[in-house]
Amino acid sequence: MTTATAQPQQQSPADAALQRRMLREMLLIRRFEEKAAEAYALGKIGGFCHLYIGQEAVAVGVSAALTPADYVISSYREHGQALVRGISARAVMAELFGKATGCSGGKGDSMHLFDAEKRFMGGHGIVGGHLPLAAGLAFAIKYRGGDQVCVCFFGEAAVNIGAFHEAVNMASVWKLPVIFLCENNRYGMGTAFERVAAVTDVVEHACSYDIAGEVVNGMDVLDVHQAARRAIQRARKGGHPTLLEVRTYRFMGHSMSDPLHGVYRTKDEVEEQKRKDPIHQLSHRMLQAGTIDQAGIDALDAEVHAEVGDAVKFADESPDPAPEELLRHVVVD
Amino acid sequence: MPTITYRDALNQALREEMQRDPAVFLMGEEVGLYQGAYKVSRGLLEEFGAQRVVDTPIAELGFAGIGVGAAMGGLRPVIEFMTWNFAVLALDQIVNSAAKMLYMSGGQLPMPIVFRGPNGAALQLASQHSQAWESWLAHIPGLKVVAPATPADAKGLLKSAIRDNNPVVVLEGEMLYNTKGEVPEGELLVPIGQADVKRAGSDVTVICHSKTVAPALKAAEQLAGQGVSAEVVDLRSLRPLDESAILTSVAKTHRAVVAEEGWPHSGIGAQVADVIQRDAFDELDAPVLRVTQADAPMPYNKQLERLAKPTPDKIVAAARRVLYLD
Amino acid sequence: MSTKVVMEALSPTMEEGRLVKWTKAVGDAVKAGETLAEVETDKAVMELVARADGQLLQQAVKEGDTVPVGDVVGYIGAPGETVAASGAAAPAVSVQPSAVSAQPAAVRPQPAAVSQQPSAVATGPVAVADATRVKASPLARRIARETGVDLRLLHGSGPGGRVVRKDLEGAAAVPVPRPSSPVPVAVSGAAYEDVPLTQIRKTIAKRLATSLGPVPHFFLTSEVDMERAAEAREALNRQLGDQGKEKISFNDIILKAVALALTRHRACNAWWQDDHIRFWNEVHLGMAVAVEDGLITPVLRDADRRPLSEIGAVARELAQRARERRLKPEEYTGSTFSVSNLGMFDIDQFTAVINPPEAGIVAVGAIVPKPVVVDGEVTVRRRVRLTMSCDHRVIDGATGAAFLRTLKQMLENPLAMLL
Repeated sequence: MTTATAQPQQQSPADAALQRRMLREMLLIRRFEEKAAEAYALGKIGGFCHLYIGQEAVAVGVSAALTPADYVISSYREHGQALVRGISARAVMAELFGKATGCSGGKGDSMHLFDAEKRFMGGHGIVGGHLPLAAGLAFAIKYRGGDQVCVCFFGEAAVNIGAFHEAVNMASVWKLPVIFLCENNRYGMGTAFERVAAVTDVVEHACSYDIAGEVVNGMDVLDVHQAARRAIQRARKGGHPTLLEVRTYRFMGHSMSDPLHGVYRTKDEVEEQKRKDPIHQLSHRMLQAGTIDQAGIDALDAEVHAEVGDAVKFADESPDPAPEELLRHVVVD
Repeated sequence: MPTITYRDALNQALREEMQRDPAVFLMGEEVGLYQGAYKVSRGLLEEFGAQRVVDTPIAELGFAGIGVGAAMGGLRPVIEFMTWNFAVLALDQIVNSAAKMLYMSGGQLPMPIVFRGPNGAALQLASQHSQAWESWLAHIPGLKVVAPATPADAKGLLKSAIRDNNPVVVLEGEMLYNTKGEVPEGELLVPIGQADVKRAGSDVTVICHSKTVAPALKAAEQLAGQGVSAEVVDLRSLRPLDESAILTSVAKTHRAVVAEEGWPHSGIGAQVADVIQRDAFDELDAPVLRVTQADAPMPYNKQLERLAKPTPDKIVAAARRVLYLD
Repeated sequence: MSTKVVMEALSPTMEEGRLVKWTKAVGDAVKAGETLAEVETDKAVMELVARADGQLLQQAVKEGDTVPVGDVVGYIGAPGETVAASGAAAPAVSVQPSAVSAQPAAVRPQPAAVSQQPSAVATGPVAVADATRVKASPLARRIARETGVDLRLLHGSGPGGRVVRKDLEGAAAVPVPRPSSPVPVAVSGAAYEDVPLTQIRKTIAKRLATSLGPVPHFFLTSEVDMERAAEAREALNRQLGDQGKEKISFNDIILKAVALALTRHRACNAWWQDDHIRFWNEVHLGMAVAVEDGLITPVLRDADRRPLSEIGAVARELAQRARERRLKPEEYTGSTFSVSNLGMFDIDQFTAVINPPEAGIVAVGAIVPKPVVVDGEVTVRRRVRLTMSCDHRVIDGATGAAFLRTLKQMLENPLAMLL
């Protein structure tokens, strides 16, 4: 086991272009989620809708370390991962709107975004249920002798579920190229992790299953990126799984129908965390390093604003799925 | 035509399909080194190696999910459950992942996976190990469910299941593994969704599947001695259900008895009865009767167990009632 | 919410009823099951009972009024409650809406089709259907529908009196043929052609097999001189023609003569009932009519009491509707004796098979001119041969012969019919 907390960046391996790209992706997710919240309030989006605001650095930092052939699979808070995996804002927003042009044809929803071509193997709605699927994707990679990896995003609450332990155990026994990436945002819906978990440092479970583990600062995209690169390299080289505990925080409620704060966390706590906003941290660092100026940041923001605005317009104007879609794809004909 | 056991028929199906397609692999508890809890996978580890005949920990949910993930990654997994009693732990993966993947991905991710293993009661295995799950599984859109009764059907249906691009549940039977029957050599594919008339008759239709086929045939023999000609229809597939075979037979006999190993409430027989009342209403000369396991967990005691199970006598009694003979 | 009181179908054939008398006044307390009014149906005076508890709020029809089945005749409700504005003129009636909502919400996987299903079936006197409901298996219902058997006339052998298929096999039913049935067409070269049995052919086969086999037949033939009947017919038809009425046929005359002869020979107007013989006082004549794929025997009721002109009209009307398959069950069941006429096919003489449980049938041949000796001279007269088939369990030789002699006398001297 190689549990290691990442050291502060002495020298960024990411060049200015990569940082600029990551800043843009984080801004895209932030603006997308803000628009999604607005559309939800207007009744354009129904059902469950879990926003990623505050956690952008995790998806962006990891994604920048992946190749197009690698697999990503996630839970139900996956808009951000889907966007940075390359699914267009249009296709994701249209899916939230339940439209035929959505990335799952309007039959998935916010929790079930899919793009097989982009190797985005879904959002999944049962807590922990997709961890075995991630191990299975890695099993298929190894079976065919491929060098891809599978990154599996899940929340800390999934660690209490049997599927986590079964999947991590088998991934370790069979040396599967999978990265179990726990986004520890400290609350499973409205329950603080320490209230329901005997071991509150998720990374310690790596020890139980004899795999690599690291704790990562999820509010720092560069930190996430470095840790992801290490884990991905381990998996690619010899099929060694890693458990990354990425400590992050959601600025919104659990879902659109839940309060931002209240009985389970204080407003002060949320405000305190917002001061660590990952977008602000990166832009501040870039401004300091002189790799971008405020006008450049504003231009990026305007660009993603336009992209998201276009996505909403596209989703709004797209048709509903045809009635015959109801019975289509139940089985392969 | 060679006469072989149901167990060996399944073994042949696995071997032939693994030889044919390198994407096919077998995963489950004790399938490799131990040669299978019921020896269905005998010799496969030797022939195909540990990568394709994978021993798992006792973690049904986990390895069922790994199978689903592997199918998402383009493989064709055959997941063996030591029994379907344990597969209940994996229902989340079978129902929430495998059955819905194609649909919720908008048609992007087909799910060519087989979940198989023995289903229903054996002998004196008591409550937790003597359960028939077909009505649970056949309830789920997105799954196909087959339940072969004979060695030939076992081979032909398992091969079809492995080649299907949908998740297929194959329900076998511990008490069937040793039964023998003629199995044609070479390629044998039994289409999924096609029932089989195991005995023709004209007075009453007995609809059955899997382990109730043998008692139904015995019942038909007894009925023949009483001057009653019973037709035995083996459903073979429970989803999709061969409604036309059911209706064709009922149109001939005007009376139906449905026998199954499961409990009565919301069972397969209830579904079959619904098909008959809906589409053969004017053909019926009597209500459809069902023979099922008693509506209780399976007792350990041998006498009580016999009372609980569907038997030829119970099928005969039901047939006589729909014929208004009793 | 007041409950409507509707005119119920108090007999199976009732289409309207005359409210003879209200037995509850407006304001009277009523309980479900209590009599509200007396209603005269097509058959009898029956009681109309309350279907709800409460108070009779309104009598929507006057005593003596005739009301179609299903129409509102009154309202029951809570004391002081007012009746819904729709009033007495509401055409039909609704049964409890809850019965309607029991319709299955989803049928098959075709969602579009489902959504187009009417969500409510609110019209029609559904409640009354139960009152006349016959318990029968769906198969028995189908066979009855196809063969025209009236299930109400059968005794069901199934549980709770359910009519099942086997009960129809021996039923005293005459089939209503279906509009189309396979007609054997000669196929050149083929040695034979197998044509499946139609329902009517099956029924005929079964019914006639239960006749000639178990029924001990014997046959009596008599040749009848029709010359005077012909003269009478010509005279009558001249008169009817002047009045613009339909002419009468020889067959009408024979039917009338048979009916009258039966009134004088009750022993031949009888049913074999296994453990008893039923001698009929009424004469209902079955007249065999050939239809496209079989035969059917419409019944000329009270043939003895109808004038000749009416017999002709009714017989033709029944025969016409028989060929169109529009007979109601009661129009082809219940005959006491039958007549079959193949004269139009130039058949001189034949024997007919008895239609059980009747005890006799008269087979009528063609009326043909023949040289006969009358008063010592050979002369040509129109003659017909009548053959009577008798069930020996009911009719003995002499009994049948006496009947046939009376029939012969009536036809040879039509005035005798007046005696």
